Amino acid sequence: MSDWSKAVSRFQAAGPGSETTSGNRGLQIEEPLIFEQGADGRTGVDLPAPPAAADRLGGLGRKGAIGLPGLSEPQVVRHYTRLSQKNFAIDSGLYPLGSCTMKHNPRLNERMARLPGFGDLHPLQPESTIQGALELMDQLATWLKTLTGMPAVALSPAAGAHGELCGIMTIRAALEARGDMRQRILVPESAHGTNPATAAACGYAVESIPANARGRVDLAALKAKLDGGVAAIMLTNPNTCGLFESEIVEIAEAVHKAGAFFYCDGANFNAIVGRVRPADLGIDCMHINLHKTFSTPHGGGGPGSGPVVLAEALAPHAPLPWVVHGPDGFRLVEHADGASGTSGTIGRLKGFHGQMGMFVRALAYMMSHGGDGLRQVANDAVLNANYLMAGLKDVLTASFEGPCMHEALFDDRFLKDTGVTTLDFAKAMIDEGYHPMTMYFPLVVHGALLMEPTETESKDSLDQFIGVIRALAERTRQPGAAEWFHEAPRYTPRRRLDETAAARKPMLRWRPPVATAEAAE
Amino acid sequence: MRYLPLTEADRRDMLAVIGAPSVDALFRDVPETARAADIDLPPHQGELEVERALSAMAAKNVAAGSVPFFLGGGAYRHHVPASVDHLIQRGEFLTSYTPYQPEVTQGTLQYLFEFQTQVALLTGMEVANASLYDGATATAEAVAMANRVTGRRRSVLSGGLHPHYREVVDTLARFVGFRADAQPLDPDGGEDLAALIDGGTSCVVVQYPDFLGRVRDLRPLAEACHAKGALLLVVVTEIVSLGALTPPGEMGADIVAAEGQSIGNGLNFGGPYVGLFATRDRFVRQMPGRLVGQTTDAEGRRGWVLTLSTREQHIRREKATSNICTNSGLCTLAFTIHLSLLGEDGLTQLAAINHAKAVQLAGRLAAIPGVTVLNDSFFNEFTVRLPKPAAAIVDRLAERPIIAGVPVSRFLAGHDDLLVVAATETVTDADMDALVTALEESLR
Repeated sequence: MSDWSKAVSRFQAAGPGSETTSGNRGLQIEEPLIFEQGADGRTGVDLPAPPAAADRLGGLGRKGAIGLPGLSEPQVVRHYTRLSQKNFAIDSGLYPLGSCTMKHNPRLNERMARLPGFGDLHPLQPESTIQGALELMDQLATWLKTLTGMPAVALSPAAGAHGELCGIMTIRAALEARGDMRQRILVPESAHGTNPATAAACGYAVESIPANARGRVDLAALKAKLDGGVAAIMLTNPNTCGLFESEIVEIAEAVHKAGAFFYCDGANFNAIVGRVRPADLGIDCMHINLHKTFSTPHGGGGPGSGPVVLAEALAPHAPLPWVVHGPDGFRLVEHADGASGTSGTIGRLKGFHGQMGMFVRALAYMMSHGGDGLRQVANDAVLNANYLMAGLKDVLTASFEGPCMHEALFDDRFLKDTGVTTLDFAKAMIDEGYHPMTMYFPLVVHGALLMEPTETESKDSLDQFIGVIRALAERTRQPGAAEWFHEAPRYTPRRRLDETAAARKPMLRWRPPVATAEAAE
Repeated sequence: MRYLPLTEADRRDMLAVIGAPSVDALFRDVPETARAADIDLPPHQGELEVERALSAMAAKNVAAGSVPFFLGGGAYRHHVPASVDHLIQRGEFLTSYTPYQPEVTQGTLQYLFEFQTQVALLTGMEVANASLYDGATATAEAVAMANRVTGRRRSVLSGGLHPHYREVVDTLARFVGFRADAQPLDPDGGEDLAALIDGGTSCVVVQYPDFLGRVRDLRPLAEACHAKGALLLVVVTEIVSLGALTPPGEMGADIVAAEGQSIGNGLNFGGPYVGLFATRDRFVRQMPGRLVGQTTDAEGRRGWVLTLSTREQHIRREKATSNICTNSGLCTLAFTIHLSLLGEDGLTQLAAINHAKAVQLAGRLAAIPGVTVLNDSFFNEFTVRLPKPAAAIVDRLAERPIIAGVPVSRFLAGHDDLLVVAATETVTDADMDALVTALEESLR
């Protein structure tokens, strides 16, 4: 076979039933794995010959090849550019994933994080050479403390779930310090999965609290469960139904009366930033997802950053390191000892001092908005969500009455008897050019559709979205709807993928074709 | 406000549609006592003003690239090709979320599949996940996994493990409730971990190259672990080393937890970095973190999805293998692109340059009167014993400015004379001259 027919046959292996020879469709280009494009003796870097020196690897030099493919720079750039074109992103469209706060990511923040004075700084440099970095961390801490009304903040947690771990550990340390061993943590049914997972990881039994008919914590049920064995409640506010916990002050009082701590999952802080200080709600501890409220990019699933604000009673147990003001400037406190007041610390949570790159971006975001702008962020986020609710509540089924906060929750009653599921509806949205909302979460309503538009969508953008969703909702009532929705999406680089097959026989890495054939025998 | 598209007219119109008199009315569920009137923070600023303020802060730091620089200790300064940063800043990567909808995130899923393959190849393991936060948290997760796999609750930590890694494991051990028996740092190399393994040991954690830069054959330790039903957990803080060294997977490692910062990612004052996690196929369902798997779509075409999610918190809640959700997405992309550019030849040559530079530097430092090199073997980092306290020397050299390395006393009491020095491809002959001269002067 000629090289060119081999090349075409490789294309066709991408899928039967393709209407083009290549399998490509205009701007959607089929792209093999890098491992299928390599050639021996090719590389994308030009490195000098190593200086002459004797080997001191202790006889442990690598014997065999690694198996990495060789590609030139143009091939690598094209490969990853093509892959990028198979992704939906905030930059390209409305991304209403509830609870994820997919807002615009300002590019100034990227530029700032890349300043050599921040980006090219080693975490173990002498303190005299990192004063600006410590100053930045101190300023970020000041903003976070001011916005939350809390006296202390731990910056090192790497993401929201890591912040939860930090928070629950500090709570346990505080309880242990007063000789008060408790065994249980209360978590509402509507909580993010990370909450019960975190509580369990810290050795606590998890007890669920039901929601009331208004989508809030059932205060009576909570009080019935509160006793001397409860270490903490983990509550998201605004909650994952997009509602403010209107009895939060009473909840806090009941929790504190039982000697327990009040942990708040701050994933939805975007709704209240600049308007409500969590300290005024009686919260003892809350993580803040810098990649949500403060717009550090989600990056396809990270990196995030999850600083945790702490009440007075928890502050002595904060993780190391701490940034402190010394006589000669800022200092990093890295070790537990009585002298520096660190003896109560839970210890270290992360390799170094935290997600500095995210700190720079978040501070740039805060300085750009200012106190006035951040309040406007909350206002517009809530206004946009309520506008979405107003535009959709007669065609989708809203789960709860009254104004929502930053996200609008619907359930699948509007799909009753249509044969269309929430998943089908979501996939049809993809064909219309939208990323689906969060689906089947929270678990407290059936077939949930949780939409968070964020404050960075324009009215025009929301009007178009509402128009499209209304039309889709209409379509679920038409003959043949079930089949039509079930076929979606049609216009994506891939149609629906077989997740069951992926889990049944996991293929988690590429292997050379020969090895694959042997493995199948 | 440049980031907020709504106009005053929009807001009025929208409130009319909603049927609310004001935005304040939408916040009616907030208790009166908790409505903050005004929060005392500076007002909004333009790009220019913010850039000026942050640049002034950045200018108070000494950037690694502006001085002779020999600092490692778990984070390494390498040259990252220009195309890496260009590609990761494409909005389709930068501003996308965790790939929950595979039809519109094949880009992310495919690079994660490539990443998992690269990590498995590099470490010599069978399977790798889609990343954890960093090397230290990956190590702690690995210990927790070893406990699950073996049903035992006591791990043994080599004294050569990075002290920060040990501390992160300690934190988890305290709160999860398992034992982590850390050995003291042993500069003379007599540590006998095999003797500490018994029927209750879940794993032995050993760093390769270790915290002082030493490289040792792990095969005897692997055998000793396996003889007692324990796992060998190998930590790698400088992943470029595996371009030159026999990978842990070929020496019997059961889990490899590593820091991937060295490939594709800058120093960033300690984060974000990228935790690498690899293991054997038979343990895959005990792994923490996300996994991407290959499958086919409704038309039979190859594609990728997140898979084996029943291990994870969003499905399993309190029974999950880890509470991790967001990981290091964009840092894995940087890693994957950089490693794709390097390829087999590039990585092995990069590793060879690093090693040769370090060998050169070790030779030159050893020639300074009073200075001895501790290591018999090393990759791009080694430890010297100085005739004076290392911390003071490092501070004095920083004034010149030269960043000479990291004194062991920064982490551990009782090792005042030890300095850990790294040399990557970014170190020039002139840098070495500067260090040697300055060190000679300060020891005089």
